[in-house]
Amino acid sequence: MARQIDRDLNRFREIVRGRVKHDLRKYISQGEMIGRTGGEYVSIPIPRIEIPEFRYGSKNSGGVGSGPGENGQAIGPGPNDGGVGQAGDAPGEHIMEVEIGLMELAEMMGEQLRLPRIQPKGQSNIVDMKDRYTNVRQTGPESLRHFKRTFKQAIKRQVASGIYDPENPLIVPIREDRRYKSWTSLPTPRSAAVLIYVMDVSGSVTDEQKAIVRNEAFWIDTWMKSQFKDLEKRYVIHDTVAREVDEHTFYHTRESGGTRISSAYKLADEIVRKNYPLEDWNIYVMQFSDGDNWGEDNAQCVSLLRENILPAANQLAYVQVHSPYGTGEFLRLLKSEFSGDERLALSEVRDRDGIMDSIREVLGRGR
Amino acid sequence: MPWDTHLLPPELRDLQVVIEGHARSYGLDFYPTIFEVLDYDELSEIASLGGFPVRYPHWRFGMEYDQLSKGYRYGLQKIYEMVINNDPCYAYLLRCNPLVDQKLVMAHVYGHNDFFKNNQFFAHTNRKMMDEMANHGSRVRAIIDREGETAVERFIDCCLSLENLIDIHSPYIKRRKPPERFGVDAAEQGGEASHTPGRLPSKQYMDGFINPPETLRAEAEKSRAERDRPRRFPEEPERDVLLFLLENAPLKPWQHDILAIIRDEAYYFAPQGQTKIMNEGWASYWHSTIMTRHCLDPSELIDYADHHSGTMAMTGGRLNPYKIGIELLRDIEQRWDRGQFGPEWQACDDVQERARWDKAVGLGRQKIFEVRRVHNDITFIDEFLTPEFCRRHKLFSFGFNDDAETYEIESREFPKIKERLLFSLTNFGQPIIRVRDANYANRGELYLEHIAANEVGLRFDFAQRTLENLHRIWMRPVHIETIDDETPTLLSYDGTDHSVLPLAAPRRARLVRSGRREG
Repeated sequence: MARQIDRDLNRFREIVRGRVKHDLRKYISQGEMIGRTGGEYVSIPIPRIEIPEFRYGSKNSGGVGSGPGENGQAIGPGPNDGGVGQAGDAPGEHIMEVEIGLMELAEMMGEQLRLPRIQPKGQSNIVDMKDRYTNVRQTGPESLRHFKRTFKQAIKRQVASGIYDPENPLIVPIREDRRYKSWTSLPTPRSAAVLIYVMDVSGSVTDEQKAIVRNEAFWIDTWMKSQFKDLEKRYVIHDTVAREVDEHTFYHTRESGGTRISSAYKLADEIVRKNYPLEDWNIYVMQFSDGDNWGEDNAQCVSLLRENILPAANQLAYVQVHSPYGTGEFLRLLKSEFSGDERLALSEVRDRDGIMDSIREVLGRGR
Repeated sequence: MPWDTHLLPPELRDLQVVIEGHARSYGLDFYPTIFEVLDYDELSEIASLGGFPVRYPHWRFGMEYDQLSKGYRYGLQKIYEMVINNDPCYAYLLRCNPLVDQKLVMAHVYGHNDFFKNNQFFAHTNRKMMDEMANHGSRVRAIIDREGETAVERFIDCCLSLENLIDIHSPYIKRRKPPERFGVDAAEQGGEASHTPGRLPSKQYMDGFINPPETLRAEAEKSRAERDRPRRFPEEPERDVLLFLLENAPLKPWQHDILAIIRDEAYYFAPQGQTKIMNEGWASYWHSTIMTRHCLDPSELIDYADHHSGTMAMTGGRLNPYKIGIELLRDIEQRWDRGQFGPEWQACDDVQERARWDKAVGLGRQKIFEVRRVHNDITFIDEFLTPEFCRRHKLFSFGFNDDAETYEIESREFPKIKERLLFSLTNFGQPIIRVRDANYANRGELYLEHIAANEVGLRFDFAQRTLENLHRIWMRPVHIETIDDETPTLLSYDGTDHSVLPLAAPRRARLVRSGRREG
């Protein structure tokens, strides 16, 4: 039975989603707004939705309470600590948590940023077989017996053979009446992607920049998850040498010293070669850097990109996070060397407010 | 789910008979009671609909439900009982409660039920509200089918925003003449020709004495002045703002219908807000009496004591209406049992003698039955709150400290406590707002005034958003006069801009134009 409250609840949820969507830019630029990311859901704190009415302000207001305490003792901030009749709660101060599925969040972001769906490559030649129960047949294991169909068949038989007595409808299926569910195997295209995050952890990258990277990576993850059924993530950090790490280390390592971007490119290339055959995988490289590179290394980077990485990858995104120490040289290099190359997405983030635009630049090509 | 699973299981049905018998034996007088057992989910649904299974659709109920069911899932709160002022009276029990709780709730429900039936402030409420609410539901649904969901929801939002602008005393007072049925005032129609004001019937030869010409002239003068007096609209400030809008705002028929529904329901719920302390106190008094004297099995004693005291607890300095209610009623009962009232008692100022005072008049029970019939929370506190009571229950008054931005304990003096308590109960702690002028500036603008007793002004951000909603109904600029830190201030909204204008400020007035203030 449909309950009235379900309709009201759904409408309420729609309103909440509208709010979240409306304020998405805020949530994107301030990662802390996103609560625990337990599994498939995130909980997002939003101001409580209230119907406005004429009500008292806090100035000169008061009430009656009970308990011990001296005159002048503070008993609580804000107007929501009142006694009888003063139980008005203040919005803006009052936060309510809403749970939103990651997929839905991705969809909202896609809508807000007008992101195109990613067109996976190799869709035609990577095929999984998937079983679906679509048929009924006369033989099969008892565990798959189709109860309703079996009894229908029994009634049909009884009626046809004249045994059926409407006054005393006793229906006993016999062996021949039994029906079983059966499946057909359907080929479904498989879409798998690997996302290789590369970050420069040399001395010139500060914590604020890491926070920006983490934020942007969260949203890119969310979007990619909504686009690919299998998504693997690999993390590579580098200064003058590169190594592969887990997610936590990726965000929390800080080295000192110089930068050799080519080391990371080499490692990324190796990872792809070893684990991800090009015909089965969509390969993405997300590189975050402050744009500093050791001058002599540039030539090697360009050749690695041109020869190895770009031919393999769907896209390489280079996001340059503005740093007080970095020169931003590398972005200029890439721009001049690869201008007009579809496979290379270049973007620059100055501060948190720039995250949204950067995401659009990175994901906006639908590759 | 078939409805009959909500029927009482046999053991509870037997209990109901027993408890109802006890309640009746004490002289409680109630409507027939129908108990239904519900799962928590169902109870949350009904609670979020204000106790009614069918109402008009609105997202606010969904929000309420979301909070209730989350609160339960996270173990933060639990609704024990719900009871509806209706004939027959519906009450809901939570299926998973242990037997002792069910007993307690049943006894409690009979207290509420008796209160609904007998308290005079409930006299005007519709006792078939269950049906009425369902009718409201189908009316609104029909309107939605015709007008579309968005338009109706938007309009309901506006109405709910003004829901508290009713005149809670109007069911008991005739504030104005009912409008003339045929549209013309008899006096105006008659004119001077047929009737000279002030003239008394007399024989012709006595006329000069009975109706002296100068008196007649004065009377005529007065009536002319009365007629020529500049007309105001409304004639007297109108407290029932919703009624005023119903009668005068440019509403489409369906909007009129919805506003009328919201107003009806607001009046139905009003007495429950007006008698919160008494109602809960009365019900608690009776569950306590019935449980401790009759129904409690010794094995249940600890659980009962735990739950009873949990309900009565005053935590975090908050005033608990259950506790204040039951204690005041017991206090009254004791005072009238011992004869602690009347001039003799008033005159006695010997503390020891007052403490010993017992005339054994035994009028307590009778007195509390009288109290439950004639009082509401305000008169109840005004009449029966005593300094001794405040001391015994460690009551204090608190106020807002602007500098520290917190509430602070203000005083433990009786007059101050009583004043604060009464203020928080006046108009259920809602600001009192009237329509002063519906043709403000001679431009059909609506001018509301907030009667700011106690120097407490309105919350500006809320007020401005409410004005926006009011504007959607009145369709012309709207204003509300309130105070901002002791300065009379006019908040206005003209459909696009808000303005805040201090009125008669000590120095020069200043006009502040601003967009919507963020809350």
